[in-house]
Amino acid sequence: MREIVIISGKGGTGKTTLTAAFCALAQDAVFCDADVDAADLHLLLQPQIQEQHDFIGGAKAEIQPERCTACGLCQDLCRFKAICASHNAELAVDPLLCEGCGVCVDLCPEKAIDFPPQRCGEWYISNTRFGPMVHARLGIAEENSGKLVHLVRKEAMKLAEQKARQLIITDGPPGIGCPVIAAIGGAALVLTVVEPTLSGKHDMERVLDLAAHFKVPARLIINKYDLNSRMAESIVQAAKGRGVACLGRIPFDRAFTLAMVQGQTLFDYPGAEVRKEELRRIWVEILAALPEDKQRLSLNMYE
Amino acid sequence: MSQPVQSKQHLNRNLSHKSVMNLCIASGKGGTGKTTIAVNLVLALGERAELMDCDVEEPNAHIFLRPEITHSKAITTPVPEVDFSLCTYCGQCAQICRFNAIAVVAKRVLLFEDLCHSCGGCSLVCPTKAITETTRELGLLESGHRDDIRFLSGRLRIGETMAPPLICAVRQAADPDKITIIDAPPGTSCPVIAAINGADFVVLVTEPTPFGLHDLKLAVEAVRLLGIPCGLVINRADIGNREVYAYAEEERLPILLSIPFERRIAELYSEGKTLVESLPEWQPAFVQLYEDIAALVRQKEALCVK
Repeated sequence: MREIVIISGKGGTGKTTLTAAFCALAQDAVFCDADVDAADLHLLLQPQIQEQHDFIGGAKAEIQPERCTACGLCQDLCRFKAICASHNAELAVDPLLCEGCGVCVDLCPEKAIDFPPQRCGEWYISNTRFGPMVHARLGIAEENSGKLVHLVRKEAMKLAEQKARQLIITDGPPGIGCPVIAAIGGAALVLTVVEPTLSGKHDMERVLDLAAHFKVPARLIINKYDLNSRMAESIVQAAKGRGVACLGRIPFDRAFTLAMVQGQTLFDYPGAEVRKEELRRIWVEILAALPEDKQRLSLNMYE
Repeated sequence: MSQPVQSKQHLNRNLSHKSVMNLCIASGKGGTGKTTIAVNLVLALGERAELMDCDVEEPNAHIFLRPEITHSKAITTPVPEVDFSLCTYCGQCAQICRFNAIAVVAKRVLLFEDLCHSCGGCSLVCPTKAITETTRELGLLESGHRDDIRFLSGRLRIGETMAPPLICAVRQAADPDKITIIDAPPGTSCPVIAAINGADFVVLVTEPTPFGLHDLKLAVEAVRLLGIPCGLVINRADIGNREVYAYAEEERLPILLSIPFERRIAELYSEGKTLVESLPEWQPAFVQLYEDIAALVRQKEALCVK
């Protein structure tokens, strides 16, 4: 079983639009939305939810006023400035600042601090018209997005095993931080979607460095390349310099947005035959670029 | 000599009251135009403003502002270091660590520095004081100027997972006498909260598509959770559909500015050029954007005083 993860560094380059199009082309795949912060793939794949589960992210400190003597030790020990005195001098934890380290919980001399696990979001197993899908919704302002990314990928893998499917297509998050690191570890291939802009180039270089850092093979797709063909070529060269080949250049086409407005992938949308042909060709190249199926790297970072 | 200068500064601060503020440019969805708004706004305001790039994973503001970077400083976070001559392998450090960053297996202590959240728990509970702290680099805090505009930016180290403490370090370097424009990362989780918490106003940049609207709703929830007033900028205003406008009306979110989708604007952007510099007719629009926001902030202040 092999997993393709679609990332971009910069947001808004067309990751989800292209992921959805590839989902429509893939035979025998499981789909996974690992952009748990702002998940959008479901808007195009229209999943029918089969299973819904709570995501328990971590615990947060909660001071019990009846046991607290307001000695203030927790306030001194907390490195995240999460413990504040209210106007009546009672100590309370700001859940937005609490990191969930439990230092105050363990060291409170009165054992006055509880540490209840937090429900930080939900995750789902669904059916779509193209195949099974695992997706999630992280609660607003929550931490542990890396942990949830890890969880949806693991569940997608289990599902693929159950259903004897050979491929997982994962829509990744933007950036290069915790959720992206959690999204690419152990993947067979990362597909980087870049737009032909100076900022797109800058962000691509950082995300390719990240993929190299974690030893995951990468390929490039340039989206809306004709908005600046010269920049597109300079991006292809920059990627080449990092040993990353470009598998396709897709021009700007309103059909993508028009399809999106209908909740469709490009392949559900009537017309745009030239685009569809290009995407089919790129998909064949992506499959050809997949390395041989080998034992997956361990995904145990968050366990 | 210093006395009158000081009092004059005081006077200025009082007079200008809430014209000095923290203004955060955010969005749920990436690539909607946060950086475009932040950079053009700071250019329109000139020396009374500073720009802070808090999208530390993929900082882009420097590409458009083209500042001269004069300082670059490594921002670090504490991580444990074990003195094995003092360690008794009692395992208390591993017990308190909720992040699996330290493990004790027989006569070995394993440190997983990348997983450490710098809570300091392990060094606090070590009975033999075998654990002290060294540092791990989170990234760089870069600062400089573009003409009279002050510029600050965080740049996360490749492979680093913890963006929020670096974002906090950038924000701590704010000049309280300037209008601080913060370019936030996309999303709605902890890095975004670190960038917008404590701001006086949040501008949410969106595009009128199903993705734009879906992620905007999440961003509005996050901003409201923090109790910060917000307004919208709609970019590529004529693509997609009209649903975002209906949503704005329903939620009483002011639309502060609309930018049309024009090939010329997209091309300028692709070259790293700004609207205010390349199409000067945009300059007054960005000054007006600031004035409108300042009026909304004053309105809220007045309501709070009542």
